[in-house]
Amino acid sequence: MSEKVGVYICHCGANIAGVVDVAALSHWAGELPDVAVARDYKFMCSSLGQELIEKDIQELGLTRVVVAACSPHLHEATFRNCCKRAGLNPYLFEMASIREQVSWVTANKTVALEKSKALISGAVHRVIHNQALEPIIVDINPNVLVVGGGITGIQAALEIADAGYHVYLVEREPSIGGHMAQFDKTFPTLDCSACILTPKMFSAGTHPNITLLTWSEVEKVDGYVGNFTVKVRQKARKVNTELCTGCGICEQKCPKKVIDTVFEAGMGLRKAVYTPFPQAVPKYPVMDVQNCTFFQKGTCKACEKFCPTGAIDFKQEDKVVSFDVGNIILATGWDLFDCRRIPQYGYGRLANVYNSLEFERLSNAAGPTGGKVILRDGVTVPQSVGIIHCVGSRDKNYNPYCSAICCMQSLKFAHLVKEKTGAQVYNFYIDIRTPLKAYDEFYQHILETDETRFVRGKVAEVTDAARLPGEEGKLIIQVEDTLIGKQRRIPVDMVILSAGLEPRHDAKEVAKLFGIGCSADQWFIERHPKLDPVATMTEGVFVAGVCQGPKDIPLSVTQGAAAAARVIGLVNRKQVSLEPVRASVNAEQCSGCRICNNQCPFNAISFLVDKGVSEINPALCQGCGTCVAACPAGAITGSHYTNAQILSQIEGILEVELGQREAVPA
Amino acid sequence: MSDNNQFEPVIVGFTCNWCSYRAADAAGMARIKYSPNVRLIRLMCSGRIDPQFVLKALSEGADGVLITGCHPGDCHYVEQNYKTLRRYALLKRTLRQMGLEDNRVRLVWASAAEGRILAEEIDKFVSDVRALGPLNWIKMATTTYVDPAPASA
Ligand SMILES: Cc1cc2nc3c(=O)[nH]c(=O)nc-3n(C[C@H](O)[C@H](O)[C@H](O)COP(=O)(O)OP(=O)(O)OC[C@H]3O[C@@H](n4cnc5c(N)ncnc54)[C@H](O)[C@@H]3O)c2cc1C
Ligand code: SF4
Ligand code: SF4
Ligand code: FES
Repeated sequence: MSEKVGVYICHCGANIAGVVDVAALSHWAGELPDVAVARDYKFMCSSLGQELIEKDIQELGLTRVVVAACSPHLHEATFRNCCKRAGLNPYLFEMASIREQVSWVTANKTVALEKSKALISGAVHRVIHNQALEPIIVDINPNVLVVGGGITGIQAALEIADAGYHVYLVEREPSIGGHMAQFDKTFPTLDCSACILTPKMFSAGTHPNITLLTWSEVEKVDGYVGNFTVKVRQKARKVNTELCTGCGICEQKCPKKVIDTVFEAGMGLRKAVYTPFPQAVPKYPVMDVQNCTFFQKGTCKACEKFCPTGAIDFKQEDKVVSFDVGNIILATGWDLFDCRRIPQYGYGRLANVYNSLEFERLSNAAGPTGGKVILRDGVTVPQSVGIIHCVGSRDKNYNPYCSAICCMQSLKFAHLVKEKTGAQVYNFYIDIRTPLKAYDEFYQHILETDETRFVRGKVAEVTDAARLPGEEGKLIIQVEDTLIGKQRRIPVDMVILSAGLEPRHDAKEVAKLFGIGCSADQWFIERHPKLDPVATMTEGVFVAGVCQGPKDIPLSVTQGAAAAARVIGLVNRKQVSLEPVRASVNAEQCSGCRICNNQCPFNAISFLVDKGVSEINPALCQGCGTCVAACPAGAITGSHYTNAQILSQIEGILEVELGQREAVPA
Repeated sequence: MSDNNQFEPVIVGFTCNWCSYRAADAAGMARIKYSPNVRLIRLMCSGRIDPQFVLKALSEGADGVLITGCHPGDCHYVEQNYKTLRRYALLKRTLRQMGLEDNRVRLVWASAAEGRILAEEIDKFVSDVRALGPLNWIKMATTTYVDPAPASA
């Protein structure tokens, strides 16, 4: 088996040729075993450069090609296509990066030449073992799963449904809407949150292409891009949705009141059978079995008695439904930072210290106080209010990142407090960050019109221990005002903590379920932070909204729509082709030890009990090669990164060096 | 600057495709000059690194082996670099038992943005291996490899 390798050395103008003696390099390469031709050229990636390669493949019958030029991340695809055009399988090509790894980083020309030789020799040795590979083609099921029915998930679902494809929208809570449903007004325009959200919730709830699965969670995901099978657990509502009209009588008649820690953020009560808010979609209530008098004490059934359609069903059980989809969008949003973690701010201990979601409910006309901003005693209107920014954010002890929305949300609160109570408002900030459209204008407006005092400094403590006259009965905010360089104690009636956005408490498990990754601080990882922000490393799984990182509503909606566009694009193509870099098990060599079985984060490896060997599903495998290195029997091959390829590359690299063991100046 | 007669070690380095190879790209784009002694081999993930690659490099004449990958938590295949970390610990123990100096094999994490860090780590590693002098392991006998045929579809 003798191969004919063509080696092409790029000058990259002076980028490479200015440091590396390309003529000498090309002359040397021409002498290597198996090399049929070696050339150097000004710009290999230009059309003339590519034609040079194509011509040689056809006229000299090259069976392998090596290009020594820039990084493969720049032009590997270019040269693979060039080979393909000339009839050579694109995987019979290798690149040696003599620009990024040699000419740009090495001053000494002699050494640069030696290092280039080593890299090329490695590539030539490797390419001989390359195998012709064909992309893996798979069909795409047009149905889509969207997980999380906040504003992001709703947007994504509507875009896809409008494009004519079916969406399963799975939401954990009894209603879609997410956090936005809890808000009063939204910055920077101060339009009422419900007014802009409700129509979208309604569209999602009634769209013929959307199957809404609320009070539900995904339990299992199998398969791969184009062909996922999903199992969803629909928790028992104890209400038959076929019969329920959403009239709300059960809720009225239910005698049991419970503090609503989810939708009302602990500020209000709900019943044991309830819809979280009047505009809930779907309109069907759910029964909270833990608090239902009948389930706990065995008697009551008031709801059943009064329900005009007989929809209450105490015997209803959880239901597990299973369906197939081709793509998945995760839009699971965020949890609020738990302010109890900063005990010196008194949250949970000092009654009139609120977190930001509590204030949203307090300020919301549909909330527990009807929109009156009053203290916990239920009557007193605060005369002075302190709003503390960055609580739990930009702090090494909690979360190092900026939560992106808290400055604007704090300014919004300052405005709402002023408008509703006339109180003196203080904003305690580290930096004001208002970078997006109409945001700084909003800040300037508050500065100019609202008489809010801005104090720059990180609050040290919120306390009710009065020390000075005028502090009795107040909450005292202790802060170093860094603009005047002085410690200050500012007494107020109410403190609002602008808590940061955190990844969902279960983000890691959810990521695992869908085979994607979380960053160190647990946000879902996108494929590329700049150029591919909604795709993930798992084909067919996309992320959008705050689950990918802190952001406001406009950006969340944008990402929801972007993820939808990506999915629609894939579905329209009907098929995808996957990179054939995949692992496979040679059944004859497999000893059945199962060591590889837990190596794969994408669950690509399964054990065939009847045959006593492991098997890899090529469509699930992402080609990392970890199982290949783990198999003690050497039974797993990782295509395009085979042992033969890598070991030969090592040999090739070191072959050059062996002749050059004497000292060379750096 | 090194003096003319000092020993220049030869080092084989492994990178993953996503972070550490891109760190090398970034060092290039920033024109950071660093020790030319390391020759990088690109794999898809640090999880692909088989101990036999390291042994092979050492026995073929390398004086040291550098293993690189994404930072823990950043692996593009979710968690494979944690496996690399565990295998690295085992490999180091084996190599120690074989009498190899600790400084000849090293693991370094570098994100795609950390070109400068990778360059600095390479400089440090090269100077540590240089201090140890040449490693003269006997060349392994075999030079032909046959991959097992992939599973028939
Ligand atoms: C106090 C406060 C005020 C704010 N005010 C504004 C404002 O005025 N303007 C603005 O632009 N931005 C504002 N924001 C930011 C805004 O809240 C977010 O941008 C927005 O909520 C992002 O929406 P989302 O759909 O990504 O997440 P979410 O609103 O969190 O929705 C996620 C949904 O997914 C569901 N879910 C989670 N996990 C699962 C699971 N495993 N399975 C099924 N379902 C699941 C949740 O129940 C939820 O319904 C504010 C933030 C805070 C904290
Ligand atoms: S590790 Fe190798 S031998 Fe063991 S089950 Fe997996 S493929 Fe078979
Ligand atoms: S190569 Fe990686 S992704 Fe593929 S089966 Fe093995 S461990 Fe899983
Ligand atoms: S992809 Fe970089 S270590 Fe896994």
